[in-house]
Amino acid sequence: MSVVALSRIQFAVVAGFHFLFVPLTLGLSVLVAYLETRYVVTGDETYLRMTKYWGRLFLINFAVGVVTGITMEFQFGMNWAGYSSYVGDIFGAPLAIEATVAFFLESTFIGVWIFGWKRLSKRAHAAVIWVVASASTLSALWILLANGWMQRPVGYVINAGRAEMVDFGALITNAYGWVKFLHTVLAGYVLAAFFLMGVSAYHLLKRTDDVFFKRSFRVGATFGLVCSALLIFAGDLSGRQVADFQPTKLAAIESQWQTVTAAPFYVIQIPDPAHDRNLVEAVPIPYGLSLLAYHNPKSTIKGLLEFPAADRPPVLISFFAFRLMVALGFLFLLLAFLGFHFTRKDTLVRMRWYLWVMLFAIVLPYLAVQLGWLVSELGRQPWIVYNMLRTADAVSKSITAGDVIVSLIGFILLYGVLMAVDIFLLSRYSREYRVAETEEKAI
Amino acid sequence: MTLQVIWFVLWGLLWAVYFMLDGFDLGSGMLYNFLARNDTEKRMILGAVGPVWNGNEVWLVTAGGATFAAFPGTYAAMFSFLYLPLLFVLYSLILRGVSLEFRGKIEGARWKKWWDTIILIGSFIPALLFGVAFGNIFQGLQIDASGYHGTFFGLLNFYGLLTGILFVVLFLYHAALWLVLRTGGELSERAAALSTKLWYILAAVAVVFLIGTAFFTNLYANFVASPGWFVVPFVAVAGLVSSRIFTSRASRLLAFLSSCATVLGIVFTGIIGLFPRLLPSALDPASSLTIFNSSSSAYTLRVMTIVAFIFVPIIVVYQILVYRFFRKPVTADAIEGDAEGY
Repeated sequence: MSVVALSRIQFAVVAGFHFLFVPLTLGLSVLVAYLETRYVVTGDETYLRMTKYWGRLFLINFAVGVVTGITMEFQFGMNWAGYSSYVGDIFGAPLAIEATVAFFLESTFIGVWIFGWKRLSKRAHAAVIWVVASASTLSALWILLANGWMQRPVGYVINAGRAEMVDFGALITNAYGWVKFLHTVLAGYVLAAFFLMGVSAYHLLKRTDDVFFKRSFRVGATFGLVCSALLIFAGDLSGRQVADFQPTKLAAIESQWQTVTAAPFYVIQIPDPAHDRNLVEAVPIPYGLSLLAYHNPKSTIKGLLEFPAADRPPVLISFFAFRLMVALGFLFLLLAFLGFHFTRKDTLVRMRWYLWVMLFAIVLPYLAVQLGWLVSELGRQPWIVYNMLRTADAVSKSITAGDVIVSLIGFILLYGVLMAVDIFLLSRYSREYRVAETEEKAI
Repeated sequence: MTLQVIWFVLWGLLWAVYFMLDGFDLGSGMLYNFLARNDTEKRMILGAVGPVWNGNEVWLVTAGGATFAAFPGTYAAMFSFLYLPLLFVLYSLILRGVSLEFRGKIEGARWKKWWDTIILIGSFIPALLFGVAFGNIFQGLQIDASGYHGTFFGLLNFYGLLTGILFVVLFLYHAALWLVLRTGGELSERAAALSTKLWYILAAVAVVFLIGTAFFTNLYANFVASPGWFVVPFVAVAGLVSSRIFTSRASRLLAFLSSCATVLGIVFTGIIGLFPRLLPSALDPASSLTIFNSSSSAYTLRVMTIVAFIFVPIIVVYQILVYRFFRKPVTADAIEGDAEGY
């Protein structure tokens, strides 16, 4: 395999792995901050126990998210030196700013939160976790502004063989980046809400401590309902950005080969990229696709055949990943709504079928965020910066396939072990609720 | 021109502060299996680095980010040329980070022993390889107009390894003084006793390094051209001497701060010697990457300068406050009553 292909696989592995942990960090930090705030305001000890129980799970997850993030920053220079020197003038800035304004805050204050339980007042301690939660969300903003620039480059000129920044304002107001930030952060919040609901469902099935876990479930369901509703709205906004700025990605995720005005949406569709067509197109919804993409029934959707084959992203994966992600998004709204409904009527504990569903539904948002990432980054191909720099031209020249095979095997082994240990610890600490209880007495 | 010089100084400062701070984390990780006599003492050492290591490591991330933003040409070259050493640094830092977090999560001798070993390796490898990497940068890399011609084993040359050993011993000494300051009881006394032994080793290695530098690199050329800069290596030496004096007088904080000055002095001695180069070429001076031929545009440097001048002082202030907040030495009693820490 070529250095490019191996480097792409490696980037997919390290980014995908990093992105297993970051969404839970984003969401759970906010939820733990909320729980601790409730404790400070009400003085109710159950909220303190909830803060500690969920906070411990948060920390186990947080550590892996942080250390795998360092890999991401090194990757651009190690494997994508062509990219780094070509666009570093503009792309390096948001990464450096992320570290300076957000990552420093997050990492400095997480230590204060972990080791400050006895040394800080209740209020101050709760304020610290809010700093951590805000900093991790702020960190996501800068990373996604950087990513948004790869999707829709703005505020630059090509000068002396590289892209140079001429308008920092355009970079930080890039709508593509902001929409992606909204979409990603809400996805993280939904994922954390389902984590809270799923783990609580386990304990409600086992009847460990109904008061504690019904209350946790309610927090998760409320947060999950609001965020999954907003997520659908954010998803629609993302679709508009794609439609406006990335016609090839739009055509690939919809498997649209011909250019069509007033395009219908086919509920059942099977792409056949080998023959530049769809094998099956059935159950049309008139104007559906035009409406979805541009909110205008008469709009024109450009087909893949308008673009040279070398400029098209892989259709099959983009298409199915996108449809599955969207379907999951609606499922989250439904499940969160049911949870909200059952907690309101206080029938949750009797709905054992639902609790079982929610237990296994923990994995679904993880699947959805990975699919979303795939749609976004695979749909951008063959470009590393859309319509500007090809992925094949971005790779490091000084590394060999052997180097990348070594590093890739190393990452797979290392990350495999980390994941196994992390899942082991998370499931152990989720199940062993009494751990949180007994240690409570020591305080 | 001036912006490039400002960013050169900032670039050096970020690396220097990273080594000053994470240096004692890495050193503590290397010492810990040998210095601590039981699990409580191990947890005291972890408790001494626990509240701050996360924030310390961000200096590395920022050094990387600043290289990317201010000198993208150097970022691309440095990280892709030194692919394998950086890869091993990365694996080690990842393992060290999770070890600190995971070790205390399960009560079991085998579980803890496993992570103890990982902490040792995960602290030693970055200390050594960062030294090897900088030692090779000081000598110049195998770069010419057609690209990079070095190999991983080629980096393990005499001066590269000498710098690696210097970093390892420096961090061990630095960490010993940190543990004197931040732990209590017998452990603190043992760390103090160890620091005096390490002092002699460090002094010997540092002398060999400073002499070796004259033979293997041209770092001293800048100092000879403007001798005023000799104050920087002098600070390193003075810090080393005064840290020893303060240790014998039991001025723990001053001893540690002197050691900080030593780390900063050593790193800046290298940085000043490099100026204006970031990645010198050993084959052809014209192929060296300098702050002039690998920097970002003036516009980007201006934007980044504004960001750095606003936020770096803020970071320094809140990190100092956090260090002050955790200034009380970690004692055995505190560790045994703490369910939340490591």
